[in-house]
Amino acid sequence: MTTAPPRQAERAGVPAAIAAQDSPRGDKVFSTLALTAGCLILAVLFGVAVFLVVQAIPAFTADPADIQGGKGFLAYIAPIVIGTVIAAAIALVIATPISIGVALFITHFAPRRIASALGYVIDLLAAIPSVIYGAWGASFLAREISPAYVWLAENAGWIPIFSGPASATGKTILTAGIVLSVMVLPIITSLSREIFLQTPKLHEEAALALGATRWEMIKMAVFPFARPGVVSAIMLGLGRALGETMAVALVLSSGALTVSLVQSGNQTIAAEIALNFPEASGLKVATLIAAGLVLFVITLAVNMVARWIISRHKEFSGAN
Amino acid sequence: MSKRIDVKDLNVYYGDFRAVEGVNISVAPRSVTAFIGPSGCGKSTFLRTLNRMHEVLPGARVEGQVLLDGDDLYGPGVDPVAVRSHVGMVFQRPNPFPTMSIRDNVLAGVKLNSKRLSKSDADELLESSLRGANLWNEVKDRLDKPGSGLSGGQQQRLCIARAIAVKPDVILMDEPCSALDPISTLAVEDLINELKENYTVVIVTHNMQQAARVSDKTAFFNIAGTGKPGKLIEYADTSVIFNNPSEKATEDYVSGRFG
Repeated sequence: MTTAPPRQAERAGVPAAIAAQDSPRGDKVFSTLALTAGCLILAVLFGVAVFLVVQAIPAFTADPADIQGGKGFLAYIAPIVIGTVIAAAIALVIATPISIGVALFITHFAPRRIASALGYVIDLLAAIPSVIYGAWGASFLAREISPAYVWLAENAGWIPIFSGPASATGKTILTAGIVLSVMVLPIITSLSREIFLQTPKLHEEAALALGATRWEMIKMAVFPFARPGVVSAIMLGLGRALGETMAVALVLSSGALTVSLVQSGNQTIAAEIALNFPEASGLKVATLIAAGLVLFVITLAVNMVARWIISRHKEFSGAN
Repeated sequence: MSKRIDVKDLNVYYGDFRAVEGVNISVAPRSVTAFIGPSGCGKSTFLRTLNRMHEVLPGARVEGQVLLDGDDLYGPGVDPVAVRSHVGMVFQRPNPFPTMSIRDNVLAGVKLNSKRLSKSDADELLESSLRGANLWNEVKDRLDKPGSGLSGGQQQRLCIARAIAVKPDVILMDEPCSALDPISTLAVEDLINELKENYTVVIVTHNMQQAARVSDKTAFFNIAGTGKPGKLIEYADTSVIFNNPSEKATEDYVSGRFG
């Protein structure tokens, strides 16, 4: 129906410029391409999920005594889930305020030349491979920071998370979390910077014209505007921290779950899989894949929570 | 609350570029003064020097004096933040804070400048400001709804309510009606007429009928050419500017024979 008129026009000898209306066909090609690309992503995601579930089933159905640790899958997975969450939480607690501060400094306080240099350096941080962060964390940071752990264990040991004896090597979950925080810092910073830059000048001027200081202007105009974007940035950082494998595998001397952050111990899912997969077979492989499935579910849940947080304030987002 | 403005030999620079040259003008309290002139003639730039908003752009500076009842806004130790809480501003496009409710928008400036505000004081100020902006009857049932849900004209009056809630001495308006339809424009013009009972109002406008309708005195700005600084050509009673200007350029501009 839609393609018929141009053909008739062509036959009637109408000039080519008018007759050559193949844009409906172009639209169709483009929309098909876009649809295919979209479906492909869903298919890949679905495929991964199916693979994980199918391969993991033996771990769920096996005799609990056969699973590593001998107490069933839940007893195996629970400590490393908690370890994963602790490491990621440490990373975010450290990285989020620093990232937002740096992004604000770049966008609203620094002179232009310093701002662009600083932005460049931050982007460089993102380009460093994770194995290098791991090597740095294991051979340098852990050694340098262990006296601080000893001090913490002595002076703040009554707080459970700092209870001693502190690890002599410094290869603890706290070190891993610090290394992770450096790794997620560039992600959160560069995304926040982009969002802060997009704050409408109109709103910034509205605040300034009311007699707001620069910091008050940021609280009134920049943060409310940037909130959904910053939440997304933090969630992307969290995704990286949850899934980061190499750095944690190198930095953390893993062990059983402990509350103390300054003792060696704890383990994350990603590092557990990486360290054990090469020599695993049979049920052990199924167990590790089941652990991967759990990580997949956690990441999915985190993203859904983030979307919910963002949509909760839609009415006040200024999009209407 | 209204104060008089005296500007003496004011030059405005962006870096090395002189945008406005040698302005001398006195604005009486409780009056409406309109700035007219072609685009780029520096009238908005000059308006922004009256509450130091031009300093938002890097490299902007002024020479000369702006006296508010004798106090120099550019004197040593004067904080631009304090200046802006005495000289309010309404912008070309309505800019209520999108994440805030109508109520929070009106009270935004007050919460910055003053201590704690009791609930009853806040409610009172909210109502008086919205009444002052002729908006109360339209929004009193939805004070907790977002300000961005209002129509353009209502948003602009909300911005005016926000500006007068701070109880400024002067209200500057930078083409406040250029993004509004004629009916909303009329509502804002009526409001300007009421505002001058309590405030000194300075308005920049491209609409000469508007200048003729709302203002007591009119200032005509012009530039000699691109890259040249803007100058104040003539400043007189509005009826004089529109009916019997003394400068040829003014007459050409107000009669549409410009350029």
